[in-house]
Amino acid sequence: MLSDHAVSILIFAGIDIIMALSFFLPASAGQLSAGQGGFMALGAYTSAYLSVHHQAPFPLALAAGGLVGGLVGLVVGFPALRLRGLYLVLVTFGFGEMVRVLFLSAPAFGGPAGFAGIPPTTTIWYVLGLVLVLVYFFARLSRSRMGRAFAALRDDEAAAEAMGVNSTYVKLAAFAAGGVIAGLGGGLYAHYTLFIDPEAFGVGRSLFVMLYAVFGGLASFWGSVVGAAILSVLPELLRWVKDWREILYGLLVLLMMLVRPQGLLDPTLLARISARGERAAARG
Amino acid sequence: MFVQQLVNGLMLGGAYALVAIGYTLIFGVLNLLHLAHGEVFMVGAYVGLALALAGFSPWATLAGAMLAAAVLGVVVERVAFRPVRNRGSHVTPLMTTIAVGLVLQHGVVKIFGAEPVAFPAPFASASLDLGPVTLTTLQLLILGTSVALMALLELFLRATPAGMAIRATAENPTVAGLMGINVSLAIVLTFAIASALAGAAGVLLAWNFTALSPFFGVRVGLKGLAIMLLGGLGNVTGAMVGGLIVGVVEVLSVAYLASSYRDAFAFAVMILILLVRPTGLLGARLQSG
Repeated sequence: MLSDHAVSILIFAGIDIIMALSFFLPASAGQLSAGQGGFMALGAYTSAYLSVHHQAPFPLALAAGGLVGGLVGLVVGFPALRLRGLYLVLVTFGFGEMVRVLFLSAPAFGGPAGFAGIPPTTTIWYVLGLVLVLVYFFARLSRSRMGRAFAALRDDEAAAEAMGVNSTYVKLAAFAAGGVIAGLGGGLYAHYTLFIDPEAFGVGRSLFVMLYAVFGGLASFWGSVVGAAILSVLPELLRWVKDWREILYGLLVLLMMLVRPQGLLDPTLLARISARGERAAARG
Repeated sequence: MFVQQLVNGLMLGGAYALVAIGYTLIFGVLNLLHLAHGEVFMVGAYVGLALALAGFSPWATLAGAMLAAAVLGVVVERVAFRPVRNRGSHVTPLMTTIAVGLVLQHGVVKIFGAEPVAFPAPFASASLDLGPVTLTTLQLLILGTSVALMALLELFLRATPAGMAIRATAENPTVAGLMGINVSLAIVLTFAIASALAGAAGVLLAWNFTALSPFFGVRVGLKGLAIMLLGGLGNVTGAMVGGLIVGVVEVLSVAYLASSYRDAFAFAVMILILLVRPTGLLGARLQSG
């Protein structure tokens, strides 16, 4: 049906969407994390270790990766309670870096030589399935009590607290949930590339995850989905320019951010789309 | 042995501090992060390489790299900051500067190749034996240049009208504008100075490591970010102190622990200090970003 190459593009795009959503979740509560690559590494290494050394069934290994990501997310969330905005961005940067160095110096995980021999259990169905589950989850979340608490916290923390939002609890939940999603993404990644090394989850990864979400727009989770899908397929579309590819990619991203600084799906566009939807519903 | 490592650390830290000062100047004035600053540093080093290979003297190499980096910094401000300054959220400039960094990095790969290249030594270095410490003249040059540049910067910021304009803009751009300061010009000047310092640091560190790669800027840029946080955002003296601390910690960790930890220590120190003092070592107010 689809060629192997097309399937691999889809799988990587799916994993990028999952990662972008893992950034979006805490970001929707105003918590910008530049360390999603670190959570991804934790999920990837945990699940790979369980698959290789304990022959764990794939869903179990994946879940364990997500669990570790979530628990560490909770731990990272604590210092994050004291920090805001760009301070938080920088500290989470530091967290990602420390995870990278941790795996770099852990012989049990292969150190700088990487971790090989992971069973090829990730299929397109796992990736698509998780993306669909997440889309459903986010669609529900934005209309839930928790989702509204996230939005309130992002818009004005003092006002949110005054309205009874427990900011500590909500922030920790956002960080932990982001960690779970990134851990799951890491597990899927590891069982598709079959080889992982710490460099795959460095600062570059974290920044690109952030870029996907911001490129798409932080006003809605659809922004992360669309942004990640476009930016992870774009290099394929730019193959014809050969070694100018990265330069052109950078220029295109720059141009797009200058034209639409709020991202592709900015609040105005979203309002227009939903107004049209409501009109259609009213007519229909 | 320990004193020797301390001196080596101070030398490295001086160059790191130059990069961190750039971040902190820009953050102080704009309240925004410049994620292509590491790339500006790297391009400065490559311009230095081109000049050194063309046979220019060490001082001309340094000056040329600083000039080229300053011009590049002003261009980055024009392209990636000014258009989004009053539109979009504070993450938008992060994204535009990542994009600019990508373009710069791969532009250098295109011209000089992706492999590390050797950086010629500026002169035949002699070693000076000072009791417990052995210094090479090259080390003295690197340390001396970074200290001199920092002193010049302090002087410039404190005693000249342009320096005062920059400080006033950092304090409050709106009021500074009302007082007749050309805020846009102060911002451009800040980028030029910050980038020139990064260019100088590029050449100094290239002399120190005797090699250069297009991905050099990422590592050092991150370290600069950590140092800026350590010292307190927007605090120039804090960046100087933080740079020296990180340089010393890094050298000591390589000497007494393992070299693979060297990059983690900058961040470990940063996170520890931030947990105790969220505003950084010398920071006064909590930034809400």
